[in-house]
Amino acid sequence: MSAVLSLKEVSVQFGAYRALHGVNLQMHLNERVALVGANGCGKSTLLRLAHGLLKASSGQVSVAPQVTQSMVFQRPHMLRTSVLRFVVCGMWLQGTPWRTAHERAMQALARVGLQDLAERSARTLSGGQQQRLALARAWALQPNFVLLDEPTSSLDPHAKREVERLMADWIATDGVSLMFSSHNLGQVKRLATRVIYLEAGRVLADLPVDEFFNRPLGDSHPEAYLFLKGELG
Amino acid sequence: MTTLTDTAFTALQLLTQLDPVLWSIVGRSLWVSVLATAIACSLGVILGAWLGVARFVGRDGLLTVLNTLLALPSVVVGLLVYLLLSRTGPLGYLGWLFSLKAMVLAQAVLVLPVVTALTRQCVEDAERSHGEQLQSLGAQPWLRSVLLAWDERYALLTVLIAAFGRAISEVGAVMVVGGNIEGFTRVMTTAIALETSKGDLPLALALGFVLMSVVLLLNVCISALRRWRQRIDGSGVDPVQGMLV
Repeated sequence: MSAVLSLKEVSVQFGAYRALHGVNLQMHLNERVALVGANGCGKSTLLRLAHGLLKASSGQVSVAPQVTQSMVFQRPHMLRTSVLRFVVCGMWLQGTPWRTAHERAMQALARVGLQDLAERSARTLSGGQQQRLALARAWALQPNFVLLDEPTSSLDPHAKREVERLMADWIATDGVSLMFSSHNLGQVKRLATRVIYLEAGRVLADLPVDEFFNRPLGDSHPEAYLFLKGELG
Repeated sequence: MTTLTDTAFTALQLLTQLDPVLWSIVGRSLWVSVLATAIACSLGVILGAWLGVARFVGRDGLLTVLNTLLALPSVVVGLLVYLLLSRTGPLGYLGWLFSLKAMVLAQAVLVLPVVTALTRQCVEDAERSHGEQLQSLGAQPWLRSVLLAWDERYALLTVLIAAFGRAISEVGAVMVVGGNIEGFTRVMTTAIALETSKGDLPLALALGFVLMSVVLLLNVCISALRRWRQRIDGSGVDPVQGMLV
């Protein structure tokens, strides 16, 4: 199986602070990788690195040429425009002509249930609606590799469930490769096929989701075990 | 007290009777300042937006110079423009000295750093907060600067109003390059200075009223703009307004 993303001995340094340290990772088509770990462990840095928003201080990052990426952020910024134009603008930035982008943008909005709010100002949407809109924009770009940085962490339980349902639907219908960070272990169980546990910029565990949650990790991965038990730190 | 009351009364008479001398000065002032603000904003918004996003060697030094220029005294600007436009200066061939064009140029030079610095701050804050999201969609720095400036357009309107306020209320630069020639280059601020020194207080006070009214109108515009924005998209945070206060 071909790798869509490959990291070899990758480190990222911000001044004296090392955000990632010697990370090795290969991700394949249709894999759904969850990044877990405490705040500041390097999850967001790894996602940004994979998306090309950051450059590695050392090591090698390679993304397969057939990969088209799209990223959803923890707090999506709403441009000062309408819901429809928010999606269209994203598509235009990726090279779709403005006029022809409308139809696909409306389809994307319908998919996340925002078609009736197409003409409303994006900034007046609730947090959950804004995250759904961000998903719609990401979906409209037709990526085969989606990166999500804690997509539900700032949402209420109802909105969380809705966004997670949309993510699951996306996986089921389009079969996209997924890399997401989350503190919600239930969500990780439901969506991921593989879990990477990070601590202080290092990968301490990289296991299939069943193994991560069901195998006794106390001996092989003591930090991940404590994290799962909620006893870390 | 009587002098003050009499002066104020006469000033009001000049205003309400549409005194041609007074209103021609007001018209000239507005024309010069609107044109200078338009020129400064056209250049300053582009330059400021680019500086807000671009990262290059020497940027910090350039920003230090830019911020220093915010405190540029208007008479110094007047002197520099005078030297440029004087017969022996590099732009002397234009023959602009002691004309409205020279006054527009001087005010534009004075206001340009204000527009550039405020726009830069505004766009840089936006870039820090969500430039990455535009970058993730493939927007290169120049396109990000345009999009972020557009996204912050209401805050930039406040910059425009602030710039106009700075232009219309300055006296030193237009006095030096315009010469305060009656019926030709005399504007509100230079006329107030002259009429006060001559003792013609009613005309000076009437012009003062108009000048204050223009500034008051600008502030009303800023408030209305902010309320309108809050109603449209529920956001009340205005980084530029914060800087101006």
